[in-house]
Amino acid sequence: MNGNIKFIQGNEACAEAALYAGLDFFAGYPITPSSEIAEYMAAKLPSIGGRFIQMEDEISSMCAIVGASLTGHKVMTATSGPGFSLMQEALGYAVMTEIPCVITDVQRGGPSTGLPTQASQGDVYQSRWGTHGDHAIIALTASNHQDVFQMTVEAFNLAETYRTPVILLLDEVIGHMRERVAVPEEGEIPVVQRLRTSVPEGVDYHPYLPREDGRLPMSDFGGKHRYNVTGLYHDMWGFPTSDPKVIHGLIHHLMDKIEGNVDQITRFKEYFMEDAECVLISYGCSARSALHVVKNRRNRGERLGLLELQSLWPFPRELVRRKCFRAEYIMVVEMNMGQVLSEVKKAVDKPDRVFLANRVDGELISPTDIRNILRIIQGRGV
Amino acid sequence: MSVRDYIRERFFPHIWCPGCGHGTVLNNMLRAVDEQGIRKNDIVMVSGIGCSSRISGYVDFHTLHTLHGRALAFATGVKLSQPELTLIVPMGDGDCLAIGGNHFIHACRRNIDMTAIIMNNRIYGMTGGQFSPLSGFGIQATTSPYTNIDQAFEIVEMAKASGATFVARTTSYHVQEIASFISQAIQHKGFSVVEILSPCPTHFGRKNRLGDAVDMLEFLKQNTAKLGSKKAEDNPEAITRGIMVQRELPEYCREYERIIDKAQKG
Repeated sequence: MNGNIKFIQGNEACAEAALYAGLDFFAGYPITPSSEIAEYMAAKLPSIGGRFIQMEDEISSMCAIVGASLTGHKVMTATSGPGFSLMQEALGYAVMTEIPCVITDVQRGGPSTGLPTQASQGDVYQSRWGTHGDHAIIALTASNHQDVFQMTVEAFNLAETYRTPVILLLDEVIGHMRERVAVPEEGEIPVVQRLRTSVPEGVDYHPYLPREDGRLPMSDFGGKHRYNVTGLYHDMWGFPTSDPKVIHGLIHHLMDKIEGNVDQITRFKEYFMEDAECVLISYGCSARSALHVVKNRRNRGERLGLLELQSLWPFPRELVRRKCFRAEYIMVVEMNMGQVLSEVKKAVDKPDRVFLANRVDGELISPTDIRNILRIIQGRGV
Repeated sequence: MSVRDYIRERFFPHIWCPGCGHGTVLNNMLRAVDEQGIRKNDIVMVSGIGCSSRISGYVDFHTLHTLHGRALAFATGVKLSQPELTLIVPMGDGDCLAIGGNHFIHACRRNIDMTAIIMNNRIYGMTGGQFSPLSGFGIQATTSPYTNIDQAFEIVEMAKASGATFVARTTSYHVQEIASFISQAIQHKGFSVVEILSPCPTHFGRKNRLGDAVDMLEFLKQNTAKLGSKKAEDNPEAITRGIMVQRELPEYCREYERIIDKAQKG
């Protein structure tokens, strides 16, 4: 990682990484704090022969990327909370029809219009449960621009590997802050290409018949195989069905292909965890402040560690349980009312030892905020 | 080829009620495709949700059965990403103009090359006969038990005002016009709209005491008139049939190719 050093916004790092991953179609609708991604794509995509379209809303943006992914392209849209809400129906469609795509949600404070220009991490649960019905989903996040680059590429890779929408949860701080990024050379980060069927033209192709390894090779829509795609429960040909056995098989396939691969999907970083008595768990912009506190306290001999989650869904329960096994107490640092906190409590052996350090007023949670809460937990007063 | 060569026989019988006008649309749409000589592999049909949208399951093209109201949005992604494909988007009146109304006017405005076929039966059939934005004032439906006070849209005027460059209207009775208008719409480079008045005897007809399927077709025969005909002149109340708009404006995908050229020249 040497040559190409840039000083750019997180949103730009995300956009550059998407191109690195092979994106050539983007549809979006302007919304703060994500609009820079659309602006970047509008300028850059045509120069590489790709296509950008500004749609009439976030609903149609999500629909358009699903259509373009089907024809064989790598696709993304970018939005923030209110737009992400509008995308949920079509996101469910992509889950059901198993169409790879990436949705970047640069989070703002909510609910509703909320705090368009300020920081929050309030969409953790929306990314998990925003669309209706049982389903599994992958959501990644990042706390600095180098990691934004890495996680964006990995979002595309996971989307292709598991044929699923992947949500990239950024936040206003990461999206708008400028920071150094070393743009990797080609090949430095592996890029997963779409798995296409080897079934020749004229031979019956079953778009929804998984291989032995559970993967479904695709055929570019509009290409040599004609098949049906529907959001209804469907059989191996892609045709609607109400056969209980087929329905049972499909919902379990949709869950298992992701929940059953949680170890392959999980991304995390750890700092000073070997002997940590107090484990801080954080992600995104909050993890920056958490890391600051941990380093600072280590200098004073306190045994603090940080577990930084870079994948939030499927939630890495086993990892969290294992890493927190010896901890006397655990503090989840996040900018919402405790969304990851609830998951951590479900994961660990002693949920009553899990505490929340949060800030939900639009201001970035600071090391001082975290330190003050830490002192209360440690019984040392503020 | 015959119409049979374009359908997926194993998925028949279709779900439409006896007397529904949609089967006639399917038949004549396939005749139009056959007349154009477009390869089945080059056609993508995108539909939404509703009785009419089930049409995509029955045809042997690349078929995308999407969400209620969103067919044009999905179709836009397919077309812009692969402009050489021919896009046909059949929709119902509720699908296209209530929940999908915004996508409809914006697809018209963009003038992206695809053909929207609106099978207008003035009712939500699949859900059991609720009024649609095309039902109109004074109509009976299950959600207007005291009569409908919602005014109806005029599809042709709306498409025209929104920027569609080809707009035609006919009925399920006028089978040759269906094939001819759809054929011309597919040929047209730009966003084309074909509205087809299609009877729903099961819900709209029954609730409004319009008789059986034959009576409803007879109504379409008697109360519509060819654009510019003497009948239309004599009877200004008659619904006009014909090609209402046919104009040349820059087509979206073609213009995007120019953007690519411009961007690549730096």
